[in-house]
Amino acid sequence: MKLLVPVKRVVDYNVKVRVKSDQTGVELAGVKMAMNPFDEIAIEEAVRLKEKGVATEIVVVSIGVAACQETIRTALAMGADRGILVETDASPEPLAVAKMLRALVAKEEPGLVIMGKQAIDDDMNATGQMLAALLGWPQGTFASKIAIEGDTATVTREVDGGLETVALTMPAIITADLRLNEPRYASLPNIMKARKKPIETVKPADLGVDPAPRLTTLKVVEPPTRVAGKKVGSVAELVGKLRTEAKVI
Amino acid sequence: MQVYKAPLRDMQFVMHELHNSAAHVAEIGQTDVTAELMDSVLEEAGKFATDILLPLNASGDEEGCRLENGVVRTPKGFVEAYKKFCEGGWGGLSSPTEYGGQGLPEILGKMVEEMQCSANLSFGLYPGLTHGATLALEGHGSEELKRRYLPKMIDGSWAGTMCLTEAHCGTDLGMMRTKATPHEDGSYRINGAKIFISAGEHDLTENIVHLVLARMDGAPRGIKGVSMFLVPKFVPSEDGRPGARNGVTCTAIEHKMGLKASATTQLYFDDAVGWLVGEPNRGMRAMFTMMNAERLSVGIQGLAVAETAYQSAAFYARDRIQGRALSGAKYPERAADPIIVHPDVRRSLMTVRAYVEGCRALSGWVATALDLESKAADPERRQEAEEFVAIMTPVVKALFTDLGFELSSMALQVYGGHGYIRDHGMEQLVRDARICMIYEGANGIQALDLVGRKMPAHMGRFLRQFFHPVQAFIETNSDDPKVLPLAKSFAALQQATAHLAQVSQKDPEEAGAAATDYLRLMGLVALGFMWAKSAKVAEAKLPHANGDAGFYKAKLTTAQFFADRLLPQTGALWGAIKAGKASMMELEEAAF
Ligand SMILES: Cc1cc2nc3c(=O)[nH]c(=O)nc-3n(C[C@H](O)[C@H](O)[C@H](O)COP(=O)(O)OP(=O)(O)OC[C@H]3O[C@@H](n4cnc5c(N)ncnc54)[C@H](O)[C@@H]3O)c2cc1C
Repeated sequence: MKLLVPVKRVVDYNVKVRVKSDQTGVELAGVKMAMNPFDEIAIEEAVRLKEKGVATEIVVVSIGVAACQETIRTALAMGADRGILVETDASPEPLAVAKMLRALVAKEEPGLVIMGKQAIDDDMNATGQMLAALLGWPQGTFASKIAIEGDTATVTREVDGGLETVALTMPAIITADLRLNEPRYASLPNIMKARKKPIETVKPADLGVDPAPRLTTLKVVEPPTRVAGKKVGSVAELVGKLRTEAKVI
Repeated sequence: MQVYKAPLRDMQFVMHELHNSAAHVAEIGQTDVTAELMDSVLEEAGKFATDILLPLNASGDEEGCRLENGVVRTPKGFVEAYKKFCEGGWGGLSSPTEYGGQGLPEILGKMVEEMQCSANLSFGLYPGLTHGATLALEGHGSEELKRRYLPKMIDGSWAGTMCLTEAHCGTDLGMMRTKATPHEDGSYRINGAKIFISAGEHDLTENIVHLVLARMDGAPRGIKGVSMFLVPKFVPSEDGRPGARNGVTCTAIEHKMGLKASATTQLYFDDAVGWLVGEPNRGMRAMFTMMNAERLSVGIQGLAVAETAYQSAAFYARDRIQGRALSGAKYPERAADPIIVHPDVRRSLMTVRAYVEGCRALSGWVATALDLESKAADPERRQEAEEFVAIMTPVVKALFTDLGFELSSMALQVYGGHGYIRDHGMEQLVRDARICMIYEGANGIQALDLVGRKMPAHMGRFLRQFFHPVQAFIETNSDDPKVLPLAKSFAALQQATAHLAQVSQKDPEEAGAAATDYLRLMGLVALGFMWAKSAKVAEAKLPHANGDAGFYKAKLTTAQFFADRLLPQTGALWGAIKAGKASMMELEEAAF
């Protein structure tokens, strides 16, 4: 079975993001970028499935600027087999991404698409669901456990009240949650081998998709700074303040 | 809490921008090692250091190593971390591909080494020694020994040691007593006792390969009668796996000031089977391959610990509030200002930062020469690189490790009393950094090596490999006022060199008296050169730096600080050198 794993290049989670001075977005120039952590989990799961003999090939896809090649290389160093870069300078929204992935799914015919539940830059949490809808495939989102048997994927999902287990008939879409696994460190020999694995580059137009955004960002601003709290001296003072200042009682 | 994240941006600056990695890999015939590849290796190595090694640093110090029935137990977590280290293939980064290494350049390897030692110096020693031992074996061992041992050592499943020191001989190895007796099958039997042997016994690997210096029966007296032997803990059987237990046992481990998670052992060799490495009575030559590599690595250990001390102190200085800025409260809404507002705290932070980044730049320069020495196509280039490494090795070892201790102490000061108590881990850094000034040849001996051996060698030819590039840089940039402090310091170094050459011919004690100051003087000039070059690079990049502008501005400011505040020490050192030995040697021994 072939697996398709989309990965996104985002600002590294350690970086404290700053808003650009013209308020058009967050500063990306000179900022450390990395693979979206949820996508790392998706890759790890795919590699484990391959190691178990369930999967035979892992194809990674990244959509974005040329530097996404490096994100693909990271996935290849973790154990994926080959990469596809959909190169665009536009910053496509979930629907456009889902459409491009649909076109790639049609071409690659994977048995399973495993992806992160959301990207930590815009926290959309939409692409996996949209892709499932576009393809008409079953979806298991927020996966914390995956078991494959025959053509059924049993996915344990993290939902508000606890865990929900669903059985999906493959082909299907699974989105990874934080607790699915702990991604491995790429070993030095695998980093070296990743250099020799193939990456194919295509353009959105080759997939028949217009990547231009449909939303217009009016402005991006820093959240207001929180004002410091106050220490109260007694219960009476607290009650007084809650009544007169906070007006909650 | 010790704070450490690999300084990736600065490392990239040193490799790619300051030392032009693209041109460098072309010159050593490794154009497949692209900047992107080096960056991804750095990134993974950085994760490994911070996530796996750093959390074991304080706990390893607290717990230390234990000797139980001749078996040494490393602290909790070390076995697992070492296993991950091997799985990651980190031990073979720069080792030759024919024995299973990755053959990557040293300019990258030294950065990765720095990270490992920043995160956990004690841990770093185990693979560090193994790597050094592979170099000695590769350079001097028989094909049979290489084939049998190198792949295992390079993949990390077997470890290595260097066994020189005995109770009565540390610096003066000519007094060595351990004996080697030839056996009819061509091997030797080793008998004697060694002390202070790092990683001489531990539970990280299935076998340990000791490189032992010993004296053959009837060998000439002194250092010219010492040979090197390979003595495995378990003698490999025919299938290559560890077989019979050899006659080498760990009789004690040392209780020491720091470096507690590294087992420092006493080893007793009782008719242990060993094989000669290299030629009889040329043991020091073989061992010097290992020792030179280790000396550079120990220098980097000093730099590495200072980096962690810097990051920790910078974090604390922004966090701890105490007193008000002299220019008026900077954070009036808080009870006090963070201590980073105080000029004296700034002085400490800037000093540590300027030295650390300067040392990293210099270690990058020496690392390029290590690559050229073995891989440049042009034999003349190889020769020049070898001479450059020879002259810089004692400088890197002694300068970086003196600084490693001074700077971690300075960083501790930023914490006040909270640095002296154990909780923040700062006192561990100071204790750990202290050993680097002693082992691999005490720093005083490094200084003697510089002035007594390396400087006069071939009528000062080694020195030229350092002097010429500095001179050329100063001449090319003679119109740049920023280069002026370097020019002044370099002039002091040239004068001191001429002075020493003259006085030490008549009286070698003059050289001995000046050695340590001279080494520091040369080290400061080397750092000054690195800073002046870094400033040039930063200045050129700044106009189109975009989001990286902050990095280049900080480089320029720190370069200025180095030139303003640290480089002027060269004048004082030259003054001290000029004063000569008289007041130092005058007192009668009885007066001490
Ligand atoms: C934690 C630790 C780990 C070690 N690991 C190893 C190891 O793995 N393998 C190994 O073989 N050894 C190891 N050593 C030993 C170490 O290399 C020696 O301690 C060091 O070389 C100094 O030798 P010494 O202690 O006998 O000091 P000495 O030689 O007695 O020197 C004492 C002092 O006198 C000075 N001095 C000596 N001779 C001269 C001279 N001719 N001119 C000027 N000054 C001089 C020295 O600079 C030093 O300051 C280790 C030591 C420690 C503490």
